[in-house]
Amino acid sequence: MNRFARLTLAATLAASFLGGASATEITFYYPIAVGGPITKVVDGYAAEFSKAHPDITVKPVYTGSYQDSIVKAMTAAKAGNAPDVAVLLSTDMFTLIDNDLIEPYDAIAKSDGDQAWIKSFYPAFMENSQAEGHTWGIPFQRSTIVQYWNKDAFKAAGLDPEKPPTTWDEMVAFGKKLTKHDASGAVTQWGLEIPSSGFPYWLFQALTTQNGAILANQAGTKVAYNDPKVVEAAQFFADLSQKYEVMPKGIIDWGTTPKDFFEGKTAMMWTTTGNLTNVRNNAKFAFGVAAMPSKVRGGSPTGGGNIYIFKNSDKAKVAAALEFARFLSTPERAADWGIATGYVATRPDAWEIEAMKKYAADFPPAVVARDQLKDAVAELSTHENQRVTKALNDALQAILTGAKPAQAALDEAQAEANRILASYQH
Amino acid sequence: MERTKPQLNIHVQGWLLALPAVVLLATFTHVPAVSTIIDSFFSTPHGRRPAVFIGLDQYRTMLADPIFWLALKNNLLYALITVPIAIGLALAMALWVNGRIKGRAALRLAFFTPTILPMVAAANIWLFFYTPDYGLLNQIGRLFGFASVNWLGSSATALPALMAVTIWKEAGFFMIFFLAALQQVPPVLYEAARMENARRWLTFRRITWPLIMPTTLFVAINALINAFRVVDQVIAMTGGGPNNATTLLLFYVYQVAFSFWDTAYAAALSTVLLSVLAIIAILQFFMLDRKIHYR
Repeated sequence: MNRFARLTLAATLAASFLGGASATEITFYYPIAVGGPITKVVDGYAAEFSKAHPDITVKPVYTGSYQDSIVKAMTAAKAGNAPDVAVLLSTDMFTLIDNDLIEPYDAIAKSDGDQAWIKSFYPAFMENSQAEGHTWGIPFQRSTIVQYWNKDAFKAAGLDPEKPPTTWDEMVAFGKKLTKHDASGAVTQWGLEIPSSGFPYWLFQALTTQNGAILANQAGTKVAYNDPKVVEAAQFFADLSQKYEVMPKGIIDWGTTPKDFFEGKTAMMWTTTGNLTNVRNNAKFAFGVAAMPSKVRGGSPTGGGNIYIFKNSDKAKVAAALEFARFLSTPERAADWGIATGYVATRPDAWEIEAMKKYAADFPPAVVARDQLKDAVAELSTHENQRVTKALNDALQAILTGAKPAQAALDEAQAEANRILASYQH
Repeated sequence: MERTKPQLNIHVQGWLLALPAVVLLATFTHVPAVSTIIDSFFSTPHGRRPAVFIGLDQYRTMLADPIFWLALKNNLLYALITVPIAIGLALAMALWVNGRIKGRAALRLAFFTPTILPMVAAANIWLFFYTPDYGLLNQIGRLFGFASVNWLGSSATALPALMAVTIWKEAGFFMIFFLAALQQVPPVLYEAARMENARRWLTFRRITWPLIMPTTLFVAINALINAFRVVDQVIAMTGGGPNNATTLLLFYVYQVAFSFWDTAYAAALSTVLLSVLAIIAILQFFMLDRKIHYR
């Protein structure tokens, strides 16, 4: 907690003692997954909320990365000290449900106004927020994958700098023109980088979506890892480096991919729209941002974090947490947060706010991710999520490093996922 | 009566003096260790489903878990390769900076620097060395006409790349122990050897090596135990990938406990890890003890 938040907290505590009124105090966990002075923005929201609601005090707690945040929330809950409200990955939903930690919104937000609020977000974001007939999460910082391309490199390779690839075939053809070798045959510039470290399943899911496959059912009890279309997509992923030689071989690091792009080591890259501000500040050349290319269709998985409300026997805290969740997701704040970070503002009416209109007009790449939402699918999320996605991550890394052929690796991943999910399929 | 009273006081006093250490050790080491072993015989509690006693089921799961076996294999390789190399390097460096050479202090400091750096900072430096294309290693390699290698991104090189970091970091630390040991060897023995006209290698083999054996044992135990406690550079550098090629035991325990939330299985894995460490300690203390020349 920084000094400002501490002062606010102290001031509100003092005020509540002096006034004699007992303020409801709620704890709010939030992660930061992109660069910039973001904690200040969040602490500002909490202070603003406490000012508007003198009877509620929000204690914002910065909990590190997404992975750190779920670890902290789960361990705190196991110790009987759960946060009241938290921003966690949308894909953590089943983990939170299975541990009986979160309240469904429809059970606590029952008025007509509340119902309209739940329906006010982009449907693509709600796919990862609803299960078993309930709404468990409210979209907060959400994203899609987009492709970034270096216009100068396109010009140098004799390509139209205003035309990014729109199909897989174009991507390979452009990639071949963009891959440059020096006299000794070593590559000096790659055509494309699709990162594959840490969570390769997410970027891979863009490929499977474009090939017309859906990786998991809505109930999170079944996966389709060895579907022929998925195998084909995995083969294409590997072919980009092994057959077409337009992408570096082996595992491509998620963190250094934007740097490779800035350094001119790759002419195109796939990464989250959340990196938009980063690229805008660091690319020393003209760059473009475009929706994903298509095979049988376009599209990308969504990603990012939702707001969850934790169970509590103290109904006043649950009500206060709901009030705070509503506060964080108003059109004004969704627009403000989108501009500050690069995440997609989560509801259509946020794009009607003046500040957002001006931002979008000044910087057209900001609307690419939003416009792609019509083709977006739910991010892979199942019961025992981390274990089930790890099976796919391991298979993908085995395929990309050439350790196993696509079909065999994905058959194994499917068998592993079936074993883990068996107890949920009744 | 007059004799027993002060004795009792001495006992009470002794326990009181030991109390802080006993409480700390018990709270943070012994109680958690014992409860981990107990937890490993139960199922993982989930929401409304409480933990139930399942006997050795977690251990049966472990025997059938290919990632556990891979982690164990990786860890054994890690220990067998990093420990002897780190000790050899440490001894060589200590022998070198123990002699009368120019810039001895600077050299000692240089060798010790990696130890001072926090692991995560060091890991980030090495991440830059290993980066494909513009990383330091590949830039140097290119001067000699080698193709770019994706050190951390291919299964064959990722684990050796992590081992190099460990060796680099630990050798300087162990050097300090050897340096202290070398200075404890009585100079009269070397004088005697010189009078006998003994060759350098013979002097080392017959005087230095036996006399620094207690230090070597101490360093070896610590190095082995450290090899099974490596986790921070795995998290910082590879996340266990590609395809579990760099998954070590403790990292797997962390992943099972805090990514999969299978706390009981993690307890079973921890029990195995604890046993491995206990066995190492016992073997070294009881078997090597006899061959060591203590003074």
